[in-house]
This record gives sequence, structure tokens and C-alpha cells, in this order.
Amino acid sequence: MHNKTPMPEVTVHKDSPSDLTLTFTGDFLMTEQRPEVESITKDFTPELKTVSCAGESLTKWDSTLLTFLMGIQDECNAKNVTFQVTGMPEGVQRLLALARAIPERPGTRREITRSSFLEKTGLATQRMHKGSESMLAFVGETSLSFGRLLRGNARFSKADLWVHMEDCGPNSLGIITVISLLVGAILAFVGAVQLSMFGAQVFVANLVGLGMIMEMGALMTGIILAGRTGAAFAAQLGTMQVNEEIDALQTMGIPPIDNLVLPRMLALIILSPLLVIYANTIGIFGGALVGIFYLDIPIQVFVERTFQYVNPWLVAQGLIKGSTFGLLVAFSGCLRGMQCGRSASEVGNAATRAVVTSLLLIVIADAMWTFIFIIIG
Amino acid sequence: MTEASKPPPPVLRVENLEMRYGSTLIQKDLNFEIAKGDIFIIMGGSGCGKSTLLKHLIGLVRPAAGRVMYGQTDYWAANEQDRANIMQNIGILYQQGALWSSLTIAENVGVPLQEYTDLSPKDIKDLCAFKLQLVGLAGFDDYYPSEISGGMRKRAALARAIALDPAFLFFDEPSAGLDPVSAKLLDDLILELRDTLGATIAVVTHELASIYAIGSNSVFLDPVSKTMIAKGNPTEMRESSNDPRVLEFLTRGNSHIEG
Repeated sequence: MHNKTPMPEVTVHKDSPSDLTLTFTGDFLMTEQRPEVESITKDFTPELKTVSCAGESLTKWDSTLLTFLMGIQDECNAKNVTFQVTGMPEGVQRLLALARAIPERPGTRREITRSSFLEKTGLATQRMHKGSESMLAFVGETSLSFGRLLRGNARFSKADLWVHMEDCGPNSLGIITVISLLVGAILAFVGAVQLSMFGAQVFVANLVGLGMIMEMGALMTGIILAGRTGAAFAAQLGTMQVNEEIDALQTMGIPPIDNLVLPRMLALIILSPLLVIYANTIGIFGGALVGIFYLDIPIQVFVERTFQYVNPWLVAQGLIKGSTFGLLVAFSGCLRGMQCGRSASEVGNAATRAVVTSLLLIVIADAMWTFIFIIIG
Repeated sequence: MTEASKPPPPVLRVENLEMRYGSTLIQKDLNFEIAKGDIFIIMGGSGCGKSTLLKHLIGLVRPAAGRVMYGQTDYWAANEQDRANIMQNIGILYQQGALWSSLTIAENVGVPLQEYTDLSPKDIKDLCAFKLQLVGLAGFDDYYPSEISGGMRKRAALARAIALDPAFLFFDEPSAGLDPVSAKLLDDLILELRDTLGATIAVVTHELASIYAIGSNSVFLDPVSKTMIAKGNPTEMRESSNDPRVLEFLTRGNSHIEG
């Protein structure tokens, strides 16, 4: 046992102008400072015919010795020099033979090419085209599936529908409560700052009521569903895609859209208006807390003012928006889940893209509905 | 890397190991030793706890009772530093390969090298290329795991397992999902790696062909009595065991015909 490891060294001995012997000594380990391949091969002369190795004085070695030898071997092959390793330990010879046993198939190696801006733009455009094509296909398939549902021969289990309804309904009430309460309170505070300048803080009640019912209740519910349920749908379907579970449904003659997408979409379409009503109520309650305790508005006045201008049509506007958002969230989540690739990281991508798509569609749909409602009056 | 003439000392010893998931007993009273250079087979029918035993050996699951001794160190009683040293000397081939899907094959192999050595990026690149050549994947350095076949993924995972030239190699069902020729090639590779790297290897498998081809020692777990019912060289076990459960397994249920 030596307590200091001997340095790995390679000495080059010129036996004749055409023969070289490389003598390896010391510990050839990854933990040591090893010589460079170039320091040996730089002395290769054109007259050189044979390079042989002597490894009797090697004390220890690991894979770095092999990469070193292979570097020299490659150089020898390039210069038509014979490389002999018979003087090396048996394990080294066998590993070297093993590494060279299956040669690289031509055309395997990848060329890393840098693409130009123009090429990237072109590819992105093509991808966008493909993306919208598959999105339209998905819309079509889903519509067909809804058609089957209306005719009463869509194949999905009612139990699935209940499971999804439980997951997007009761299980998301907690987060909806917290967020709606705070949004209602924020509306009241923001209104109070401006309105109290005119001594009109009593109108805070109107602001909160109209704000929640026409816009914020539906929007907040949509955003929560996008982050919570849409992402979950994409991850569930994506994982099923990775595990070939969707293929299994397909080969059993069960349309995956009917079995997986339909119950999820139905669950969100049924539940999102109810969630919006809940969010509206909680939001108004949050605003009331601020109005009553911070702005000292009497309860009766606050309640009266809140519903002063609220009519069924306004409530319906909020619900229409909410249902649309629910549909869009379910659509994006299922779309991205079904489009998911076959690896674990693709599932993550699918979830991210589901949320991004949902939010984008929600905001576009919100703008459209608002515009339509203004035109209708 | 030198061959010892006297019987090699055990490098891994399991003492009175008891494995549980919650209150469910998986296996109890496990006692065996793995000697340096052994190819140790952990076998038994489906659901007997083979993979669970492997998880206990590699430090993923804490035993309910008993000890796992690496040399003189009790893995679960050791401090962080000793554990890290042991882990660094272990290479594991998971059943599904468990390659990181966001990294290329070469980057996968390079992770342990980057983590545990001071090698330059060029040295790491060369070593990764060499390990991939060893497992017959020359030139596939820049492919992502999702772009190659299942058998290739398994070999790439093997390249990652041997990245640091570990003293211990653990294989979980190495030939599962491989065609017979690929499975045979993998067996040959395992033997070759044992001989050339001097590694000690533990294999969880129920492939009989593999068991006889590579196993030098083994333990047989029984799912009913929840303990080991045989140990030793699998070929000798088939010749000399009197236990019908062991014979049934080792002869594919044909013991009564051969007898």
C-alpha cells in the first residue's frame, strides 16, 4: 500500500524510425492529472509504421486510460500506422475490443447546424399552420362527439362524469372562495379611494355588485379553472398518451374523444356557471366586508345599492361568459393533452401549453362577449 | 483489478433485513452475502419483493429492521459523507432505463461525471462517447431518449450506470422487454463488465436463461412465507435443491417431468 498515488505517465521510446513504444506507468485514474493525447501524437513522423504499448508498470487504471488509448488509436488509423495493445493488461485489451466491436453506423451522428432567421421563421409558420390544422380537427372531432351525445349514443361512463364534476366543483371551492373574497375586497378598496374624493363612497356597493356579476366573477373563475383544472386535464391525458392508454381505448373501438374528452368538457360546462354564481356571491360578500367595516356603510344601504342596477340580464351575461370560459378551459386542456408527445417532459409541456392556451382564449372570448353585449344593449 | 486467489471477502452483507410498506410485510429474516466479483441474482416469482429488496440495497428505502453493510459500513447508520461515498461507487440500471428525457444520451451519461469528478468538458465528452461505444451505441451521443428504441434506451442507461466505473452495479430486470438476442448480448456485456471493470453485480431477474448464464450466487424469495427459502449458485440449486417451490421456478414448472 502506498499512501501517495504515483502520477500517471506515458514515456515514448523510439525503437527505430518506424517503431514507437509507449510505456504506461502509475495510476491512470480520472482523479489524477493525465497526459494529453496530443503530447504523444505530435511526435508521429511520416516514417512511423507501428506503435506498441507496454503496460506492465501500470498500477491502477479506469476508463480514462481507454479514452486515452482510443484517441491514439484514432490518430494511428488516420495515419495508417499499426497500433498494438498486446502489452496492456487483459481487461484493457478486452474493453478496447468491446468498444470497437460495434462500429458506428454511417449516418448515425448528428450534425448540429445553426439555422438562419429566415429558416426559423419559415419553420415556425409551418408549425403554426400544422397547429391550427390539428386544433380544427380536434374541434371537429369534439363536435361529432357532442352530436353522438345528443343522439344518445356517446360512449362514456357516467361515473367518470361524476368524478370530474367532483374534481372541478366541490374540490375547487376553497381556492375560488379565497380569490373571490379578495377580488371583491380589492374592488371595494380601489373604488373607495376614488369615490371618497367626492364623498360618494356609498357607490362602492354598486361598483362591487356590477363588477363582480358582469365581469370579475366569471373571469376569476375562468382563470382558476385554467390553472387548476385545465392543466390537470392536459397532464392526465398526456400521461395516458405516454402510457399508450389512449391507444388501448382506440384499439378497443372506444373513441378516446367520447371516453375521455366528453366527460371532462361536460363537467366543466355544467359546473362553471354554478361556480360563477358562487364566486359572485363570495366576491360581493368580500366587498361588503370592506364597505361595512372600513367605509362604515350600513348593511341595508349596502345590500340595497348592490342590487340597485343588477337585473337578470346582467347576471345572465356573467353566466354566459362563465360557461364559455369553462368550455374553453376544458377544450384547451383536452386538446393539449391529446396532442402530448410520448415522453415525460412532454407532459409538462402539455400542461404549460394548456394553461397558456386557456388564458389566451379566455381573454379573447371575454372581449368578444363584452363587445356583443354592448351592441345588443 | 488484480485477481485474488483466496476466497474474496463479502463486499455487501445483508443481516436480518425486514422490509415493510406501511404495515404490510414484504419480506423478513433476509441474510446473505455478496462477494467481490459475484454476479448475484435476486429471484423469485412476481410480487415477492425482488425490486423492493433492490431498493433497500441501493438506499432508496429504509429497512424496517436489520442492516445493509457495505464492507464495514452500515449504510443506514452511516453519516452523509460515508453514504455519498457509497452511492458514488454504485451504478444502477433501472427497469425502464430512467434516462432523463430532457437530456441527450451523452449528457445523461455525463451527469455523474460532472457531479463527482473534476474532468474537463472534453474529457467528459470522450468518456461518454467511450461508454456509449462499450454498450454498442457509437454515434448516438446527441439523440434524446425519446428518439431511440427501448432496447437502445436500456443500453444507454447501462452506459450511465457504468459512467464512474463503479465497484457495484445493480440491475433491475435488465432483459425485460428485450428480444432474446439482445438479452443474450446484454448478458455477455454484463459478464464482460464484471471481468474487465472488476465490478460486483446484483441482478433482479426472473429470466431463467439469464440466471444460469451469468449468476454465480443468488437468493430466492418466496412470496407466501415472506422470506428467503434458498441461496447459492443457481445451477447447483437446480441440481440439489429439495424444495418444490424452488425447483418449480428453476425448471419452469417441469420438475416432475425431469425428475
